[in-house]
Parts: sequence; structure tokens; C-alpha cells
Amino acid sequence: MSHNSRGTGQATRVAPPREAARVYPPKPTDVYLFGTCVIDLFFPDAGMDSIRLLEREGIKVHFPQAQSCCGQPAYTSGYTEEARAVARAQLQLFAADWPLVVPSGSCAGMFRHHYHELFKDEPAALQQVEALAARTYELAEFLLHVCRIQLSDTGAPVKVALHTSCSARRELGTHVHGRALLAQLGAVERVDHAYESECCGFGGAFSVRLPDISGLMVLDKTTALKDSGASEVVSADCGCLMNINGALEKQGESLRGEHLASFLLRRSGGK
Amino acid sequence: MNARERILAKLRGSLEGTTPIADDYDTALVTTPWTYAPAQRVARLRAQLEAVHGETQLTTSAEWPARVFAALAERNIDELLVSPLTLHGQQLAAQLALNKGGLRLKAYDRAVETWKDELFFHTPASLTGTLGGIAATGSLIVWPTVQEPRLMSLVPPLHIALLKASAVFDNLHEAMHTQRWSEGLPTNALLISGPSKTADIQQTLAYGAHGPKELIVLILQDA
Amino acid sequence: MPNFAALTEAPIEFKRNARAALADGQLRRNFRGAMDFLMVKRAAQFADDEECEQLRAFGNRVRARALSRLPALLEQLEARLTRNGVQVHWAESVDEANTIVHSIVAAHEAKNLIKGKSMVSEEMEMNHFLGERGVDCLESDMGEFIVQLRAEKPSHIIMPAIHLNVGQVAALFHDKLEVDYTEDVDLLIQIGRETLRRKFFEADIGVSGVNFAVAETGTLVLVENEGNGRMSTTVPPVHIAVTGIEKVVEKLRDVVPLLSLLTRSATGQPITTYVNMISGPRQADELDGPREVHLVLLDNGRTQAFADSELRQTLNCIRCGACMNHCPVYTRIGGHAYGTVYPGPIGKIMTPHMLGLEKTRELPSASSLCGACGEVCPVKIPIPSLLRRLREEAARRADAAPHHVRGQGANHSTKEGLVWKAWVKMNTSPTLYRLLTYAGTRARGLTPANIGPWTEHHAAPKLAPRTLHERVREHLGEA
Repeated sequence: MSHNSRGTGQATRVAPPREAARVYPPKPTDVYLFGTCVIDLFFPDAGMDSIRLLEREGIKVHFPQAQSCCGQPAYTSGYTEEARAVARAQLQLFAADWPLVVPSGSCAGMFRHHYHELFKDEPAALQQVEALAARTYELAEFLLHVCRIQLSDTGAPVKVALHTSCSARRELGTHVHGRALLAQLGAVERVDHAYESECCGFGGAFSVRLPDISGLMVLDKTTALKDSGASEVVSADCGCLMNINGALEKQGESLRGEHLASFLLRRSGGK
Repeated sequence: MNARERILAKLRGSLEGTTPIADDYDTALVTTPWTYAPAQRVARLRAQLEAVHGETQLTTSAEWPARVFAALAERNIDELLVSPLTLHGQQLAAQLALNKGGLRLKAYDRAVETWKDELFFHTPASLTGTLGGIAATGSLIVWPTVQEPRLMSLVPPLHIALLKASAVFDNLHEAMHTQRWSEGLPTNALLISGPSKTADIQQTLAYGAHGPKELIVLILQDA
Repeated sequence: MPNFAALTEAPIEFKRNARAALADGQLRRNFRGAMDFLMVKRAAQFADDEECEQLRAFGNRVRARALSRLPALLEQLEARLTRNGVQVHWAESVDEANTIVHSIVAAHEAKNLIKGKSMVSEEMEMNHFLGERGVDCLESDMGEFIVQLRAEKPSHIIMPAIHLNVGQVAALFHDKLEVDYTEDVDLLIQIGRETLRRKFFEADIGVSGVNFAVAETGTLVLVENEGNGRMSTTVPPVHIAVTGIEKVVEKLRDVVPLLSLLTRSATGQPITTYVNMISGPRQADELDGPREVHLVLLDNGRTQAFADSELRQTLNCIRCGACMNHCPVYTRIGGHAYGTVYPGPIGKIMTPHMLGLEKTRELPSASSLCGACGEVCPVKIPIPSLLRRLREEAARRADAAPHHVRGQGANHSTKEGLVWKAWVKMNTSPTLYRLLTYAGTRARGLTPANIGPWTEHHAAPKLAPRTLHERVREHLGEA
């Protein structure tokens, strides 16, 4: 084996979604939106734009005001009891049989996959968890497969890099859905970036517990994004965006990542 | 209790109330992707072996000794480790006598301890038979015997192996199943897929790490 | 040089080690290059994604089946091996295992051991133990040989010298073996070959690991490319194999999927050069092979992992190293920073069982839980889930029942516990949540520019002027 193959270590692995093929329902009249705590506090525009996209599809959006956080920060930190308490508070809020749309892959993954682990010893709650998981969708997946959205691009030609969060990619296949949505936009050219499938270094508490390693990961990620030739960066996960944008700002760069919902809405004629 | 009993007791305790998982072995998964048309079988084996610097030659049960002589002559090797007790060893010796060639045939006929130095430093080449081949991975099935001990296929820098085309299986599962390995393996059984190699220095592949630097497989098409 | 766990009582200083590794640009380039190479080679072997997924699921079932009947299989393995003439020993700790090996060494008055590659012998610190007793252990795998010459430990379980480039090896050989400096890899390998060749037949005992131990036939399966494994298990008069109790498989045919998964995942090869199946010592009429074969079965924390059905999955591992090849953390810091014999993702979930969570307290947290390891694991170990589980075990109170992992509570902190309690309060009380987020957003101008580790690499995050909750109330009305 020669060394020549090493150059391809741009190692962009685009594995297909691992979830068993999901059967999608027809477009519903109503949905719930779970805004996520990061969007609530740092990226409310992404939440509003998600609502506007759904409304433009003729769907009535319900946003229970009692919602807060999916519980993920405590869960990944090993504070399982605490995560369960917060998760339990969310479980009560989505009683009607409408889909739950989440504009963040890692939080959607919490509902779809990890609540099961949290409530495995509580048969009654588990039933509720499973029913909710079955109607939980990450936003890109919901737009693509349930709304069967048809976007028409109104913007100028642009090169865009798509960053997908690790949990969205590996638990939900969001990279595939995001790519399909961007492909509907005629003047948008999606460009690959080096090590696209590699983590941006966020990982919640990881980024503050191990700032040296995390910092190098986000430096590599931002470098790859800048070197990709893209003038815009989009992602469907605001944890990553907080990490990537925070690093870009620290580096004195003008480039910023934008939530996929905002980008799609803006490109396809706004509200 | 001793260590054995304590370990087993802990394991048993942890499994209490559980049922052993049933054997749902999926033969198709390890055979179907590795199945070849009869005409492709040998070609696949050759391609796989050559991809790892194995040399293969198509020959016949009458002609192969000439290939051995040629390969050795090409490399200026005048001595070959080969068993006089095997049919192929006898065929080679007979052919050599006919040719009146200068090649010396050496037998591995005594315990390794008595001639380690000669085996390791003064035995440039060996010839052995094989039990068959595996097309999927380009492997030789070698079960060392009293006549052809373990080190014959390992120590000399050049190893020449005879492979009957009819004994090439599609995949490991087929070989194992057909030859009933699980009913009785020898003290040592081997799959050999190319000459010895390493990529331990900066992922750069180098051949002839500790075993043979060259492997030549003579495929007997009529056998 | 990072501190190594087994030789000291102090916790592994992972963060400190990692910081040092990150400062070494050469090391980072060596690892990035090597990992890229291995990832590309693996991907080429699993071009058919469907086949890959089905085979991984199969591999998982084969391993789970073996573990589900592990005690019976170990007894069957022992009975078959004994019938075949192999002597089987059991050890609960590395000390016991070393003592067993040493007693064999002593019985033969052996002075020189030659070793094929064995991670369990690394786990035992066998070279150190025997060295202190005047027995010389020489590593014969090229990578292990290089690492031993540098008085280092392997930095990768499959490619021990992967942290070095050719220039560093060239300088090492020039220095230690007194040969002319050359960066020609073929020449360097030939130097290694010539140096080690005589050692194989001078050795009194050969030591190896085991990739699969087959209960059905009493067979030890070893895979390798170099031939040093065959040499070590064939030339010396005595062969000692050391392995963990989890390495057993039920039937010979079970090796088929696992072997394919192992070599394709590890180095992107359809098969290794040698698959060496050892079922017994030299028979009376045979002319070579060891006259004695021993197998040492080591526990060293494996029964602890086994006791919990979730943690038990750790023992599915077939030691391919794909998880480290694909790990963004390992790629950046290399294997030594972990301070453990098994580095990378698998090391982070395995080592706490071997050394306890006190010593390994920093390891389970050293992951962004990106999932790359779990995605490539050939036997589908849910590594991220197990990392999370160990975080939980480390954070729980040391005296909380049930007790699963030695060192439970190693990271327990009353202060952190209180922070999470407050977080629960905020996120389960809508009134409190509204109040606090209102206050936070209105005070956004007060965000300090420097907030701990985050601002080392990021600008300080700024809360939005108004929360999504507020804006939705405006847009949709109260709900």
C-alpha cells in the first residue's frame, strides 16, 4: 500500500442514516415545537424561523410555554436523576397526538432515543416516551419527509458548507436530510469541507472540561469551513453553532454559521 | 476457593436468571458476498494474493517442477528445503535427477533444535504442499505435518507452495465446513495470505518482516 | 513522558498529558496522517454499507452469545485444551498472572523470553515484573521492538509505534543498534529482521496473546502480518499465551465473521498474512513447535464489567483499534496521553474496570460523545453510552447502592451536585424558568468577557435580547 491514498484523508464519511427506514405520515394540521434551551436563550431567531417555515407549509404550530430543556446536559454529564426530573417535566407537555418538531438534532435525539434509557424502569412513563419518540422529528427531516417541502430559491448564487452535529448525523441522519433540502435551492452550491463528519469539539460540558482538546477541534473545524470556499455556513444544531461562531468571533473572522431554518427561509422568499 | 473457582463463581452469579443466547449463526452473511463462479475462483485468489505481493503461476501437475527450478535459478538459489517423503517431493527429486540439475534438495528430517542455525541462516528456500486455498481472501490452507513441519513455511526467505485448483474454496466458511475442521484440528493450522509484511514504520508497507520475503504459489490447474 | 497507571497509585493525569501532547506539533501530524490512512483503508474494505452493517450486527450477536454462556465456555475451553495437552492457568489479578508466568519461567530456568504482540502482557506489565527478577523479555513485533528500544509503551493497540515517523525510527536504529542512518523503510525492516532472527531461537520461552480462544476445539487463534507471532509460538521450547477471560468464542465457525471484522476494521486488510491456529504442543513425532504450551486466563476487572448487563458489552471487544483510529480526541493527543495500556475510546470504558475509577476519573469525561467510535465498532459496543454510564458511576455518591464499579463516586462533588439540583429547579418550574431567563436576557450586557475555560477559544457567548419563549408568546399568544 502506498502513501498516495493518504491525501484522501479528507476523510469525509457520509454514512447513510442508521435508523430503520421510517414510515412518514401525511402532513399534519398541527405540530408541537420544542424550542430547546440553547435556541431559547442564544438563537431565538432560529426558533422563530422554524415556526415561520412550518406555518408557511400551512401547519399550526403549538409551543407549550412550560417547556425548558430536554435534559441532555445533565444526562451526558452522568447526572441521570436530574436529567430524568427535567425530562419528566417535558413529557407532560405534548399530550395531543401531533408531531413534535425539534430544530436541533441532539435534542431530537434525546426524545427519540435516550428518554427510553431514562425511563426504562417505569412502565407507564415508558409507554408515553415511546409514543412521543415515534412522533418526534428533527426539523430538516420533518420538512423534507413529512411536509415534502418544495423550496424555490430566490437568492443569488452562493457556496454553502453544511455542518451536521454528531448526534444529528449518527442518531437521525440529519446530514442526508440537510443536503437534500439544500439541493432544492437552485443557486446554492453545497461544498464539502475537510473532515466534514468530524466533531466540532462542542460536546456540551466537554468543551469546558477539556478546553485544550475541544479548542483544537473547533480550530480545525473552523479552518476546514473557511478553507472550503463556502461563504456561508449552515447547521441544524445550535450547540455546534455556538461553538463554531464563538470560535470564529474569537479568531476575528467575519464568517458566522446560521441555523438551517433561517437560511432556508431567507433563501426561499422569507415569510 | 482458588482463582479459577472464584472467577467462575462470579461469572455464574452475574448470569443468574438469564438464558444463554441461542445460536442464530447466519451462514449466508459470511458466504454469499464471498461466492464466485467456478471460472472466477482461481482468478480471485490470484488477484488477492498478488495485491499483497504474492506471486502466482498457473501450471500443471506435470510441469510444476520446471517452474520451481526456474524460480530458483532466477534467484541464484541452489538449495531447496523439501520433504522426500511427500509425493510432490519425490516428483521434484525425480525430475531433478532427470535434468541432472545442480540444485541441492534438503530435508527437514530432524528436530529443529539440532539444526536451528542452518535452518535460520543457510536455507534460502522451501517447497510445501497446501490443503487448499480460499478465493475470497487469497489464502493458502496449510496444516503442517511430520513431513512438512511448521517452520518450513516460515523461516526460509522464499516459500514456494503448491495449490491444486480443485482445492480452492470460495471462502473460509466453506473451507472450514467442507474439510470438517471442527472435528479435529492439527496441533497447528495456518492460513497464509502472502509473504510476511509490516507497516509498523510510518504505515509504509515493507515485505519480509520476520517470515518469507517472497511467496510463490504454483496453481496446478489439472489437479 | 506521561505517567503510566499501573506503576503508580496516583490518578492518571490525563488533562496534563493531553496538554503536553497537543503542544507537540510533530506528534499531532504523525497521528493525523496515520489515522487518515487507517480510516481510508477501513472504508475501502467496507465499501458495501449494507454488508458492513449486517456483519457488525452478526459480530455483536456472536460475541453476546459467547458472553451469555461465558463460564460454561471457559470450562469447555479448559477441558479441550487440557485434552490437547495445553496447560491452563487462571489469574484474578495481574500479580497472579505474573506469578504464574514467573513460575513457568523458573521451572525452566529460563533467562530469555521472546514476545509476539500481546496487549494483555502489557496490561500485566510483564516485562517489568520479569525484568526485576532477572528475566529478559524482548519484543519481536517491529512496532513493539521500536517502542521497547525507546523505553516507551505502545501508543496504539494495533500499531504500537504509530506515534513515530520514519526519521525518528531511523535515528533510533542508528543510535541503539549502531547501524548507518537510513530512512529507507525496507532497509530499516531488514535491520529489525536480522537483529531479531537469532533471538527467536535463542529464547527459552515464547510469549503471545490470543485473538480468539475456541471452546469447541480448544484452539488459540492468533492473527498477524509479520510472522513474529508464529516464530514466538513455534521456535522456543515453551509457549505461554496470556489472554483475558472474555476472548473465548463458542465454535470454530464463530471465528469466520469475527476474523473478517477484525482485520478489515483494524488495518483495512481482507485478512492478515497469517492466521495461526494453535491446538496443542508438539506431538512425539513432530519436528518443531513448543514442547509445552500454557494458557493464562486473566480476569483483572473483567468480571466486574461482566456483572452488569450494560457494562458487559465492553467485553465484546475484539481489539481492532478502529475506535481510536476514528476518534477525534485520540487523533489529536495520541495514545500515550491516556496513561493506560488501552488508549482511546475502548480504553476509556475498559480501564476503569481494571484500575478503578479513582485512578481513571478523568477518562470517561474526555469525550465529546460524538459517536464516531460506536459507529465503526465491528461488534457494536455502544461506547458513547458506556462512557456516559461511567460518568454516572463516577458522579454518584461513593456509598450509593447498588455498587457496580470500583471507585464509584470518584468525581462526586457536593458543589456540582448542588448546581445540577438548581438546574433541575429552574427547568422544572415554568415560573422560575421564565423569571430567570427574563433576568438573564435583560442583563446580557453584563456578560463578562472572560468566563473560564470557554473563552480560551471562544468569544464570550451573549444571551439574546429576548428569549424564544417571549417571542413566541407575541407571535402565537400564551399557550
